[in-house]
Amino acid sequence: MTTPETLRSGPVTGEELELHSMPIRDPKRLAHWLSYALGAVVLVLTFRFVVLNPHWDWPTIGSWLFSRRVVSGLLNTVLITVVSTAVGLVLGLVVAAFRLSRFAVLRGMAAVYVWIIRATPGLVLILFVYFLAALMPTLSLGLPFADPFFEVPTNHVISQFSAAVIGLSAYLGAYSAEIFRGGVLSVHQGQFETCHSLGLSAWRTYTKVVGPQIIRVITPSLANEVVTMFKNTSLVSVIGYVELLTTVQLVYSQNFKTIPMLTVAVIWYLVLTSLAMLGQSRLEKRFGRGFDRRVVKNTVPVATAEQEGRHD
Amino acid sequence: MTDQPLLRLHKVEKHFGDFVALDGVSLTLQAGTVTCLVGPSGSGKSTLLRTVNLLERLDGGAVYLRGEMLGFTRSGDHRRPVPKKVARRQAVNFGMVFQSFNLIPQMTAAENVALGPVEVLQVGRADARRQAHELLSRVGLADRVDHYPAELSGGQQQRVAIARALAMKPSVLLFDEPTSALDAELVAEVLAVIKELAMEGFTMLIVTHELAFARDIADEVVMMEDGRIIESGPPDRILLNPTTERARSFFASVSH
Repeated sequence: MTTPETLRSGPVTGEELELHSMPIRDPKRLAHWLSYALGAVVLVLTFRFVVLNPHWDWPTIGSWLFSRRVVSGLLNTVLITVVSTAVGLVLGLVVAAFRLSRFAVLRGMAAVYVWIIRATPGLVLILFVYFLAALMPTLSLGLPFADPFFEVPTNHVISQFSAAVIGLSAYLGAYSAEIFRGGVLSVHQGQFETCHSLGLSAWRTYTKVVGPQIIRVITPSLANEVVTMFKNTSLVSVIGYVELLTTVQLVYSQNFKTIPMLTVAVIWYLVLTSLAMLGQSRLEKRFGRGFDRRVVKNTVPVATAEQEGRHD
Repeated sequence: MTDQPLLRLHKVEKHFGDFVALDGVSLTLQAGTVTCLVGPSGSGKSTLLRTVNLLERLDGGAVYLRGEMLGFTRSGDHRRPVPKKVARRQAVNFGMVFQSFNLIPQMTAAENVALGPVEVLQVGRADARRQAHELLSRVGLADRVDHYPAELSGGQQQRVAIARALAMKPSVLLFDEPTSALDAELVAEVLAVIKELAMEGFTMLIVTHELAFARDIADEVVMMEDGRIIESGPPDRILLNPTTERARSFFASVSH
C-alpha cells in the first residue's frame, strides 16, 4: 500500500538519488506525539500539585530540612542502617554458607532461621528483641544446664539502639542469605570444576573467580534490600529510638505541620536511596568486567605484549 | 627411566545411584603417549576423565600416577579420601581442557592463563604474565592476550583454555571432547594445537568423536561402551579393523 507511495516520493529535484542510497529514518508516529503530550500534562499537574499548592508549606520544609534535630535524627538513621547492613550481610553470608553446607545439621539450622525470620514482620521482630527481657531475664554464655561462664541482665544489653540493630540485621540476614545462595546457584558448575583443576582452594575459588561473578548477579537484589533497610529503620520508631521518622513525628506532634514534616523525612529518604543507587551502579560497572559490551581494543603486536610483561 | 607407567587406572568403578558409569576400567598410559577414548555418548568416557583428576570420586579400583594412588590414603583396613589440600596438589598434575572451555569471564585471556601459576604455584605476577604471553603465542593468540573470553571465538577460547592448562606444567593433559562445542570450521585450529602438543611429547588422554584426528595422533585408541573398555590398541587396527561387532558398527556409523 505504502510502497509505491515511498517509491514515488523520493527526492525529485537535482540529481536523482538512488533508492538504495537513501538514508534510513524512523518515522515519528502518532503514538510518539501522544506520549509527549501525556508527559507534558503529567509535568504540569505535578508542578501544580507540588509547587503551586500552598498546603505543602515549602517555607516550613525549608526551615526544618537542615535543622539540628532533623539532622541528628538523620544521622541516627544512617548509623542504624550502616551498622545493621554490615552485620546483616555478614550474617547472611554465614547463613548462606550453612544452607549450602554438606552437613545436614547446618543446612537445617539455616533453613529454620530463614523460615522463621521471613514469616515474622520486621515490626514484630524489633518489638520481640526489645522486650526480650520478658522472655530471658539474663543473657548467659555457657553449656546448656551448666553454670554459665558469663551472665548479664538482658536489659543491660538491649537498648533501643541495640534492639534496632539486632532486629534489622536478623531481618537482612535472612533475606540476604537467600540472595547469596541464589548467586552461588547461578554460577556455572564449570567454573567450580575449572578452579578444582587449577588446584585453587575454596577460599581462592570464591574470592578470585566465583565471587566477582556472584556479586555481579546479586547486586540489584542486594541494593533492593539495602534501600529497604533505610526505610525499615523507620520501624524502630515503635520502640522510641529517635531516628529520622521519630524526629519528624515528635516535631509535628508539637507544631501540627504533619505534611511538611513528613515531606522533610521523604526528602532525606530520597537522598539516602539515591546514594545507595549510586553505589549500586558503581558496583555493577566494577563487576560487569568481561560481560559489558566494550570497544574491543586493537590487537596488540607480539613484541609490545612481551615488553609489557617485562615492565610489569 | 623405569618402565613404571606414568598413569595407571586399575579396575576403576563409578556409580551414580543405580547407574554404573564405570564398570572396572583398567588402562595404562606411558609417558609421552597419546591415548584417545572413543565410544558412543553415555559410555563413560568423560566420567573416566573426571575420575582421573578427582572431579568425581571413584567408588572402586584406583588411579595411580607414578605409582602414587590418587584421591585416597590407607587407613588401617580401608581407604579414605585424602585431605582437600592433598587432593588439590594431586589434581594439579592434570591439565584439564573442558568441552565448554570454562574460561573465567571476568578475566582477560592472559589473566585466565596466569591465574593458576600466581595463586597456586606461587609464581610472581610479572613472571606469570610473561609466561601467559608466551603460552598464548604458542597457541597462536599473541594478539588476543587482553581480550575477554566473550570477545573471542569458540576456537580461540578453547586455545586459551589449552594455554591455561599448560601453564600449570601438568604431567598429563586431559581433553574432554575439546571440539564438540565448536563450529566445524573452528575445529581444525584447535586440533592443530593439540597435535602440536602431541608432537612435543606431552602425555595426553583425549575423549573425542573426531576419529580421523584420533587415527592421526593417537598411539592407542580405546573404545568404551556401557562403562567398559571393549577394545583397545593402535589406531589403525582399532579404527580400520576392529575385532568386535559393536566397535565395527560404531565406527561405521561415525564417518571418518
